[in-house]
Amino acid sequence: MAKAVIPIGPYHPLQEEPEHFLLTVEGEKVVDVEVHIGYNHRGIEKLAEHKSWQQVTFLVARICGICSTSHPIAYCNAVENLCRVEIPERAKYIRTLVGELERIHSHLLWLGLAGHFLGYNTVWMWVWKWREPVLDIFEALTGNRNHYDMLLPGGVRRDLNEEYFPWVRKELGELKKNLEMLSKAILDDPVIISRLKGIGVLTPEDVKNYGAVGPTARASGVKIDVRKDDPYAAYDLIQWEVATCENGDLLDKVVVRILEIFESIKMVEECMDALEKVKGEVMATIKEVPPGEGIGRHEAPRGETFHYVRSDGGSSPIRHKVRAPTYVNLPTCKATLPGSQLADAIIILASIDPCYCCTERVAVVSDKKKEYLTQEDLIKLSWEKTEKLRRKYGK
Amino acid sequence: MGNLGFNLLIFPGFLFVATLGFLWMGIERKLTARFQWRMGPPLWQPYIDFLKLMIKETLIPANAQRFMFITPPLLAFAGVLISSLILFRTSLFPKTSFLGDVVVFLYFLLFPSLALILGGSASGNPLAAMGVSREIKLMLSYELPLILAVFVPVWKTGSVKFAQIMSMQLQKGAFALHYPSCFIAFIVALLSIQAKLAFPPYDIPEGETEIMGGPLIEYSGSLLGMFYLTRGILHFLLPSFLVFLFWGGFPFNRWQWILSFLKALVVFLIMVVIKNINPRIRIDQAVRFFWSRVFVLGIIAMGLAIAGW
Repeated sequence: MAKAVIPIGPYHPLQEEPEHFLLTVEGEKVVDVEVHIGYNHRGIEKLAEHKSWQQVTFLVARICGICSTSHPIAYCNAVENLCRVEIPERAKYIRTLVGELERIHSHLLWLGLAGHFLGYNTVWMWVWKWREPVLDIFEALTGNRNHYDMLLPGGVRRDLNEEYFPWVRKELGELKKNLEMLSKAILDDPVIISRLKGIGVLTPEDVKNYGAVGPTARASGVKIDVRKDDPYAAYDLIQWEVATCENGDLLDKVVVRILEIFESIKMVEECMDALEKVKGEVMATIKEVPPGEGIGRHEAPRGETFHYVRSDGGSSPIRHKVRAPTYVNLPTCKATLPGSQLADAIIILASIDPCYCCTERVAVVSDKKKEYLTQEDLIKLSWEKTEKLRRKYGK
Repeated sequence: MGNLGFNLLIFPGFLFVATLGFLWMGIERKLTARFQWRMGPPLWQPYIDFLKLMIKETLIPANAQRFMFITPPLLAFAGVLISSLILFRTSLFPKTSFLGDVVVFLYFLLFPSLALILGGSASGNPLAAMGVSREIKLMLSYELPLILAVFVPVWKTGSVKFAQIMSMQLQKGAFALHYPSCFIAFIVALLSIQAKLAFPPYDIPEGETEIMGGPLIEYSGSLLGMFYLTRGILHFLLPSFLVFLFWGGFPFNRWQWILSFLKALVVFLIMVVIKNINPRIRIDQAVRFFWSRVFVLGIIAMGLAIAGW
C-alpha cells in the first residue's frame, strides 16, 4: 500500500503548544513517526545565569504554567544541596502539600484532555469542572490559582493559613467522591475500554531503554518515583504508596493517574494534619552560596524533573541545567506508535502527558551549506519566500 | 396542491426546513452544553453562524480541483432540499406522493455523504483524503442497515409510497407501537442516522482532534456555509424521517402536526444523549459494529416483519 506522510503540527488542535510530528501511514496504520521540537525555545537556562539565586526560583516557576511548583522545588533542592542547608520541618510539609495539590490539578487537566482527544467532550468538561475547586484551594492557601511562587531556596515564602484546612478537607472529600464515580464510569464503559485497552503498549523493557519516567513508566509496572527512591521535603515523613499498573497500555495510563490522584489527596490530608501540629519557622537563612555543584530532583506530575546548578560563589548560578520529564518520555512514542491505527495515534501521543514548554531545546537550523543560519539569515530567507509568493500570485 | 416553486423555496421547502433545522441544531448545542456544565450558545447561534459564513471570504486551495471543489456543497444542499421536499410535501398533500418516493428519498439522502467524499478528495489535502476514506467506510457500514430498517414499514404497508405508510399508520396507530419488528427497525434506523449525521460516537470522518474536520478541512466561507446549512437541515430531516416511518407520520391537521414535531424532537434528543455519553470510536470498530450487530438486528427485524410480527 502507498505510504503517505500525515503532519500533526506545528499547529494542530491536538495540543495548545507548537510541536511537529510526522506520521508515516499506510492507509490507517502508522508505520513510522518523526518528532520535531524547538518551536518554543525561550533560553531559560541562559536567562538564569543573569539572575540572582532567589530570582531564578521565580524564573523557573514560569517554565510551565502547570508545573509551576515542580521546577521551583527541583531548583530549591539543587541550591539547598549546594549549600548543605536543611529546611525547617514546617516548610517541608508545606512544600509537599503544594506539590501534591499540583499533581492533583495536573492529572485532572490531563484526564479531561484525554477525554477530549477521544472525542468524549462530556468527560473533558466534567473533569475540568472538578478541577476548579482545586484551583480555588490554591487561591485560598497560596494567593494564586496558578504560579503560586511559594518557594525560595531555604524554605517557603509564606506560611499557610490553617483556618482554611477544614474547608480544604471538605472540598477534597467531594473531589474524591466525584472521581470514584468517574473511574467507575470509565472502567464500566465498553466503548471506552475498546478504545483504550491494549492500545499503545509500552513494555517495561522499552521503559528502561528509553529511560521513561513518571506515570508513563509506572503504568508499565516500573516502580520508579523520586519521592520514594530519594526522598526530599516531607515525603519520608508521611505514609503513602507508589501507584503502579501492569500492562502499560492507554487504559493503565489513565488508571495509574487516577490512583495517583487518590494517593495525592491522602497525602495532602496527612500534610494538613501534620501542619496543625508542627509549628515554627518556614525559612532557613542562607547567607551565601558557596562555589560548587548541586543537583535537585522532584517527581513532577509528568515524572522526574531534574535541575543542576553550578556556582562560583557569586550572586547567580554560572550554569543552570533543566531536564523536564517530557524530554525523556517523548521518544517512547517511537516504541508505542508504529503499528497502531492513526485514530489511536493522537491519544497515544497525548498519553505521556507531554509538556513542550518544559522540554523545549534550541533547534539547530542548517541549510546543509553553511553550518548554522543566524537570525539575519533566517529573516533574509523569509523575505525571499514572501517575495517569491508575491511574484507567483501577482500581488 | 400548492405552487411547486413556493413549496420548494418557502414552505415546506428551504425556508421551513432550514429554520427548523437550525433551531434543532441550536437545541442540540444548548443541550450538549448543559450536559457538559457549560452555559452554551443562545438558541439562535446557528443562524448567526450561517450568515457569518456566507459573507466570509471563500478560499480555494491552489492545488485543489476547482470545479470538483466548488460543486459538492451545492450538490449536498440540493440533495437534502429535494428529499425534505418529498417528505414534507407528502405530509401536506398526500396526493403528491408517487410510487417509489421512499427509494428516491433515500437516494437523495446519499448526496451529503457523496458530496463530502467528492469535495474532500478534490481539496488535495492529506487529512481530507484520510477523512474521505473514513467517510466511505462509514457509509458502506450504515447504509445497508438503514435500508433494511426502511424495508420493514414498507413491507407492513405493502407499498413504497410515503402517503401509504402514513395513511396506514393513521388507521392502525404508529407502527413502532404495534409491531415488535418495527420497533427493532426503528432502533436500527436510529443508530444508522446517528452515523449519517456524524454524531459521536460516529464522528469519525470529521474527527476534530485527529484529522481536524477531515473532508471539510479546506472549506471556508460560503462553501462551508452550504455544508453547514445541509447539516442543519439533516438535524431536522432525519429524525422527522424516522417519525414518518415508525411513529405515525406527519398528518397535516393541527394537533397531530405539532405532536409529530414533538416526536421528532424526542427522537433527536435521544440522539443527543447518545452523542454525549460516548467517545468517538475507531473506524474499524464502527464497521464491525454495524456489520456484526446492527446488520443482524436489521435482518431479525426483517424476518419478524415477513413472519407477520
